Amino acid sequence: MNSKHSGRRRFLKEGAALAGLAVGAIRSASAQTLASETPAAPPKDFRAYGERSRFVDSVRTFKDGGGPTPHHPHGFLTPIQDSVGIITPSSLHFWEDHGYNLPDIEPRQHRLMIHGMVDRRLVFTLEELQRLPSVSRIHFIECNANSRPRRGPDAESIQIVHGMTSCSEWTGVLLSLLLQEAGVQTGARWILAEGADAGKYTKSHPLEKALEDVLVAYGQNGEPLRPENGYPLRLVVPGWEGHGNVKWLRRIKVVDEPYMAKWESGSNANLTPDGKARWYSFQLGPKSVITRPSPGQRLPGRGFYEITGLAWSGAGVVRRVEVSTDGGRSWKDAQLQEPVHRIAHTRFRLNWTWDGEETVIQSRCTDEQGEVQPTLADLAKLWGFPPDYFGTPEARVDHFNGIQPWKVARDGSVHNALFS
Amino acid sequence: MRCFLNCRVPVMALALLCGIAAPAQTPTYRLGRSPSDEEVRAWDIAIGPAGKELPPGSGSAKEGAKVFAQRCAACHGPTGEGGALGPRLVEGKGTMTAAPPRKTLGSFWPFATTIWDYINRAMPRGQEGSLQPDEVYAVTAYLLYRNGIIQESDVLDAKSLPKVPMPNRNGFIPPEPAWKPGMRRTPGFYP
Repeated sequence: MNSKHSGRRRFLKEGAALAGLAVGAIRSASAQTLASETPAAPPKDFRAYGERSRFVDSVRTFKDGGGPTPHHPHGFLTPIQDSVGIITPSSLHFWEDHGYNLPDIEPRQHRLMIHGMVDRRLVFTLEELQRLPSVSRIHFIECNANSRPRRGPDAESIQIVHGMTSCSEWTGVLLSLLLQEAGVQTGARWILAEGADAGKYTKSHPLEKALEDVLVAYGQNGEPLRPENGYPLRLVVPGWEGHGNVKWLRRIKVVDEPYMAKWESGSNANLTPDGKARWYSFQLGPKSVITRPSPGQRLPGRGFYEITGLAWSGAGVVRRVEVSTDGGRSWKDAQLQEPVHRIAHTRFRLNWTWDGEETVIQSRCTDEQGEVQPTLADLAKLWGFPPDYFGTPEARVDHFNGIQPWKVARDGSVHNALFS
Repeated sequence: MRCFLNCRVPVMALALLCGIAAPAQTPTYRLGRSPSDEEVRAWDIAIGPAGKELPPGSGSAKEGAKVFAQRCAACHGPTGEGGALGPRLVEGKGTMTAAPPRKTLGSFWPFATTIWDYINRAMPRGQEGSLQPDEVYAVTAYLLYRNGIIQESDVLDAKSLPKVPMPNRNGFIPPEPAWKPGMRRTPGFYP
């Protein structure tokens, strides 16, 4: 014990001496020049926190959550048409406000409490959580309402149709580690996660998922979470509906049953055509969309274009993406950007030479469980909808993962061809 | 040698079993502190469908009408029919197959406890958590009365609230019965 201590002291001393040396070295170096002792002013264009070029104007767009009043949730959608690679910049990550104002949380005041059916109730500060073994994982988060079939002007915006999915590198502590520290008791089957926002947003998850791969994240793309993405702490529930990724996380209660909070038994329980609704829908299916070319873009003329887009699945890894450039008559395997991450956006690319004629381009993905992205007609049949239901204004379709066809017109303009 | 092996195998199996079971019960890092009962009580506001966490207190629709007029009507309209700021809280029964369906707490929500929980945690807007338990019981009773689910004189408390028969209680498909890691998604799973 003693020798350990003295060893540590020696290390600290030597460290200090080295630091002193380093400082001395700098001083003596400056002393050799004629420069004054005042620290140099940063160059005129020094940017303490970087900004993008003034010529780049890609931004999130605002979309009313569909409710008749201002107190309904609002969505802020990712400009997926401008995406490159697989990471969504934190400043462009989609988010929803659940109808409440954005919380402004002082991190030193923030706590995470773990209690309920545990042997040891625990309260963590952010600092304590950051001392624990951490992991970084690349995962998409997608709203269950993303990709709803639309008609009219909204259908011509890929950002409005598909902009509720984003992908980040998340850093934090595995929830399984925290639950292990607390000691989960026999009989526990669910967890209840709660945010520190004004509405104290609440969501239940099965314990099996909580112990599998759920993250308590404080980092996003190399820096702390953005406030709109949960600063200082959020849940990341890989591959499951976005609204379960509780932001501004302050409490995990280990319980024996789902808690049927407003946001799970009321608002987000989705109706089937027979009038029944499902409380918990969990995993998101395989999906892909061509981001370039896509509506709003215009091909300047015939010739070479790289077709590129994003594919993802809640099941795990994307195994294959096929692209058709002739209205679905033939399909070619697109190249997947390596490495392919589990439950993450996967960039696909295919070389294409446009002959200048009108055509329809589309992509379909297959995930590691062998599930293939269906067509709109497949889904209507599978779900028992009348074929024209998807196009009606009343249609409230969630978990829609149908193939997205884009029509390239002879003038080079690109249009949503889901219904044609 | 044979004996050694024979004895060894069950011991190893036992050790392996303990190795799996033990970490769940023993903290490794010993960070974080234990919250006081008061701290837990202050945050532990969630009310499950069984209502076992409901606090003491009570209220009826009659009392609730007054609270609603003062604290809720500005957004949700004089009697819950919806206003410029807040959604409709009444009617819509039997519209779940209509286009569009009118999902209200009366026509859609399966548990009366959820109404209590949401009012208590998230209402009124801008003054969340400011209603006293008696007021929350009363407003809940008022809304259930306005939806034709209970009588105006019915008194709601921790015992009676979880038993209120919600009209759409059987309108749901339960959560997937046995979700396990790695389980394949049900083909055609909807919604």
